[in-house]
Amino acid sequence: MTTTNTNSDNNSITAVEIGKPRGGPKVRTLRKDKWWIQPLLTTIGLSLFVLYGIWAALRNGDYFAGLLSGTSARNYLSPFYSPCVTHGCQYTTVPIIGTWYNISPAIVILIFPMGFRMSCYYYRKAYYRSFWFSPPACAVTEPHKKYSGERKFPLIINNIHRYFWYAAVVFAAILTIDAVNAFRFPNGQIGMGLGTLVFIINAVLIWLYTLSCHSCRHLTGGRVNLFSKAPIRLWFWKKVSVINPHHQLYAWLSLIWIAFTDFYVYMVSSGMIHDPRFF
Amino acid sequence: MADLNVKLWRGDENGGELVDYNIEAQDGEVVLDVVHRIQATQAPDLAVRWNCKAGKCGSCSAEINGKPSLMCMTRTSVFEPGETITITPMKTFPIIRDLVTDVSFNFKMLKRVPALKPKPREADGTYRMYQEDIERGQEFRKCIECFLCQNVCHVIRDHEENKTNYAGPRLFIRYADLEMHPLDTNDRLSLLQDKMGLGMCNITKCCTEVCPEHIHITDNAIIPLKERVVGDRYDPLVWLGKKIFRKSKAKTTVTE
Repeated sequence: MTTTNTNSDNNSITAVEIGKPRGGPKVRTLRKDKWWIQPLLTTIGLSLFVLYGIWAALRNGDYFAGLLSGTSARNYLSPFYSPCVTHGCQYTTVPIIGTWYNISPAIVILIFPMGFRMSCYYYRKAYYRSFWFSPPACAVTEPHKKYSGERKFPLIINNIHRYFWYAAVVFAAILTIDAVNAFRFPNGQIGMGLGTLVFIINAVLIWLYTLSCHSCRHLTGGRVNLFSKAPIRLWFWKKVSVINPHHQLYAWLSLIWIAFTDFYVYMVSSGMIHDPRFF
Repeated sequence: MADLNVKLWRGDENGGELVDYNIEAQDGEVVLDVVHRIQATQAPDLAVRWNCKAGKCGSCSAEINGKPSLMCMTRTSVFEPGETITITPMKTFPIIRDLVTDVSFNFKMLKRVPALKPKPREADGTYRMYQEDIERGQEFRKCIECFLCQNVCHVIRDHEENKTNYAGPRLFIRYADLEMHPLDTNDRLSLLQDKMGLGMCNITKCCTEVCPEHIHITDNAIIPLKERVVGDRYDPLVWLGKKIFRKSKAKTTVTE
């Protein structure tokens, strides 16, 4: 049955008719390529990270390898626990939360990077395709009968992505300080271990992911229509526009590397491995 | 050379089926050539829309082995020897006959786009724009209106009922082009969010994947528009900034 809906538009020229018969066989897809591989790999990758993240956040131990831990003379604080803001921390960055808090310090801070990634334009694509099958791949019919997009709760929350970006900048700065701290060795010495390199790469990848963000691109100059009158904003906008197309790559690299950094600290802190010192 | 096995959708609004054709393969052909040879030798009543055969007119859009593509830009050499090539009309639009669909939905949505409303001319009677002011929109004007992006978008492909409230990717780049125009004074953001379904796009980027002109529809048009809407509606800091600095609205809001 064909119905006409003018969508409160009085001009009948623009009235859209819906329900007319379509062509082609009524099958989910005619694609013959392995379209399911990408969503499958994404599901596996994100699930593995979530499982690792839960283990790392609830571990509540061996997240600092350094001057105070006694197992190794290094200054490595796991990015899952940085900044460490509780009194019970193995290495307290800023003691904001009192001794009454006695569960993992990671839980109070991970909401920010998690919110940043959950509302990220790339990860939205990833989980809509892989977990919600909306759609699982291009030209593959989704299983849902109704669709309202990001207009209603809870998905409308994704619109506050830029606020998580503000927090992400703070976190990237803190992780940079952690990378600098990773050069600190006992008795005021400056040195570099393999872990220092791990921390530097971690900070670089986090910055690349944060600065290539679509909200960052918008904040630098997305709203500007007259770039000729805003040359500084144009300069920043162009720089962000260079790395923005690689946002997906940085999202994955930084995700994998932050987990690896945490695991490296765990291995050094728990005495599983000895962190080699370069100088 | 080996033969090509081709399945073509034959039918109209009363129904149809995939019909098998077998035709000799020739070097250097594209799918549209094969369809034309079938039309010339085996199915003279086959309906197919085409024009330039150079990927610039956007007429021969179809689905080849389930992938929305231009028939004139898909070489037959990309298929494995012996592989059956299935060609069907664009799924999202009403069928007219065989491979031809009714794409008037897109032009109706185009008519809903509030036109450019330029600011007053300068004292010498001219408009002035600089290259950096207009180069973002130049990418959007590469669009050949093949409507593959509209066809692949699941918002209307899988949910026919959304067609009344959803402009679609092709129109979003038109809105972006106008919204970013240095001379324009119309504000279409409320219209976009409330009646053109910008919030329905969940940025899964299929439109970008199928665009034969390689326009970065999602990254350069849809997401920037979404971010502008966020600034207007959901960002208290932007609201506060406008209040403190008393920024007057330079644009006229258009809601219909």
